[in-house]
Amino acid sequence: MSIQIKNRQDFWSGIMFVVIGAAFALGATKYSMGTAARMGPGYFPFWLGVCLAALGALVALNATSAKAEETQVERFDFPIMFILLGSVVLCGLLLNYLGVYISVFLLVFLSSFASHVFSWKVALINGLFLVLFVWGAFIKGLGLVFPLWPSFMN
Amino acid sequence: MELFENLLLGFSVALTLENLAYCLLGCLLGTLIGVLPGIGPVPTIAMLLPITYVLPPTAGLIMLAGIYYGAAYGGSTTAILVALPGETSAVVTVIDGHQMARNGRAGAALAIAALGSFFAGCVTTFLIAGFAPPLAELAFKFGPAEYFSLMVLGLIGAVVLASGSLPKAICMIFLGLLLGMIGTDVNSGVARYDFGIPELQDGIDFAVVAMGVFGFAEIMTNLELRDQRVDLTDKVGKLYPNKQEFSEAWPAVVRGTAIGSALGILPGGGAVLSSFASYTLEKKISKEPERFGKGHPAGVAGPESANNSGSQASFIPLLTLGIPGNAVTALMIGAMTIHNIQPGPQVMSSHPELFWGLIVSMWIGNLMLVVLNLPLIGLWVKLLTVPYRILYPAILVFCTIGVYSLNYNVFDIWMTAAFGLVGYLWVKLKCEGAPLLLGLVLGPMMEENFRRALLLARGDFSTFVTRPLSLSLLILAAILVVLVALPSVKQKREEAFVEDS
Repeated sequence: MSIQIKNRQDFWSGIMFVVIGAAFALGATKYSMGTAARMGPGYFPFWLGVCLAALGALVALNATSAKAEETQVERFDFPIMFILLGSVVLCGLLLNYLGVYISVFLLVFLSSFASHVFSWKVALINGLFLVLFVWGAFIKGLGLVFPLWPSFMN
Repeated sequence: MELFENLLLGFSVALTLENLAYCLLGCLLGTLIGVLPGIGPVPTIAMLLPITYVLPPTAGLIMLAGIYYGAAYGGSTTAILVALPGETSAVVTVIDGHQMARNGRAGAALAIAALGSFFAGCVTTFLIAGFAPPLAELAFKFGPAEYFSLMVLGLIGAVVLASGSLPKAICMIFLGLLLGMIGTDVNSGVARYDFGIPELQDGIDFAVVAMGVFGFAEIMTNLELRDQRVDLTDKVGKLYPNKQEFSEAWPAVVRGTAIGSALGILPGGGAVLSSFASYTLEKKISKEPERFGKGHPAGVAGPESANNSGSQASFIPLLTLGIPGNAVTALMIGAMTIHNIQPGPQVMSSHPELFWGLIVSMWIGNLMLVVLNLPLIGLWVKLLTVPYRILYPAILVFCTIGVYSLNYNVFDIWMTAAFGLVGYLWVKLKCEGAPLLLGLVLGPMMEENFRRALLLARGDFSTFVTRPLSLSLLILAAILVVLVALPSVKQKREEAFVEDS
């Protein structure tokens, strides 16, 4: 007898919950448990983790039952994900070295590639506009303190 | 008359030039993001949270609240003119609102929506003012055991009344609670789950999670949908409803307000559910149900009043018990803690100016929205034509700058990107982010009360069921779960949200 995974969305969610719950519960055993009256730092997270793993197992099991609704996990759009999150991570990497103006411009310009209607002109103008906006609203207006220009220029 | 004295205090706070300005700013920002599809109040409030550090607490909260109800207003504009709900709470407004616009009555539909929301806002403001003090009084009787049970009820209520799979939503709550455990334990000083990273010892900021899971993940899913269907009705026409429309709309406004305030008080109820409930009711009791879907004014008036009173009434549990009912009020809790205000029943006595100022500002904000939005409608229509490819890089910039200014540390930017990644995964797996956020905010509070309750009871777990108040709260939570699990109710619940997709 083979198990049929009918509700794939629920099945993989359940697996994810089991793994995360077990990881947290396992991690909690490193801390002192204490007793119910005098709980240590491990007590509450341990039981939370156990509950999450148990519930997750239930979700995953239900997804294999004959009555489960049939669902598929939609395809991931990896290019969009990579461009978008990549440009944010890069902005974080560069912020302290190149300053806020250049890294914000790069963030806008690079993330614009994720749209299916990319145009150089729009991306450049949008980048310049948002840099101006950051200068006006966040730096002049709210007085937030950023590294402004590349560190080698100071 | 204590109520009037309190309201007077509220007016004296809310009518200062500074607070008026922030109220206006919040309303305008809210309308803006409400009008623009693809960005909602949760990431916006999360983006602006760090900025409220520099504001006085009252002004900050007034602005954030303005964004919340302003978004509900703006969302209906998009729903009526473009048939795209700017907010989930405006999903039902699309049905009759856009039909009215197609029949050349766009102006009337917009006016009905605005005036209905204003009426609802006025009533709910008084309701909050009247109901909050006795509720807070009750909350003072709560010990740690009651607080723990109340949070259980709040969390359960929030997922039961929301759409989607219940077991998965409960899992997301647990996950949120666990994420809340990350950081230094206040009782023992032990750094939990920090992997030796100093930044994690302060815990994960909920603004980081909100921006990643709601902001970044939403952008990615929006970018996937390449076709941008636009059915813009730019002829607004006369702004006043005619006699027949008016007489058909006002009873629906009254009923919608009642539904919204009743459901809004319940945790998780809020705007979305009340607008669906109101539409269903209007259609049921109407003499001509066949006119619904073809531009019946009551189909706009009811849901719009209901969602506005629902979103405002959700401030009642927030302000009196310190328990958030949805993602937005969870962020408001965060905003209060940023300013060292412990949310809970004591806010009313320890910070009366904040409490009453915020309530009165909601009324003033609603007035501003009517006075400003109807004349400004042309401007909002223009905004609707801003393409998404310009919009989303701007959202990214605000998120990145906002998150960085939390601690002036680039680590937070990377954390947000990481939550964007898992948020995208959760979208694909249909796991909702809102319960996670509620769990994250309540996690440390829940552990603290759990520990204290058991310390007082010398480790006896029966303390949660032997104290009558705590027991009744837990029974209520259990009834909610059982109700939803019943097959007949389950089917109804799925039906109610069937249009929400």
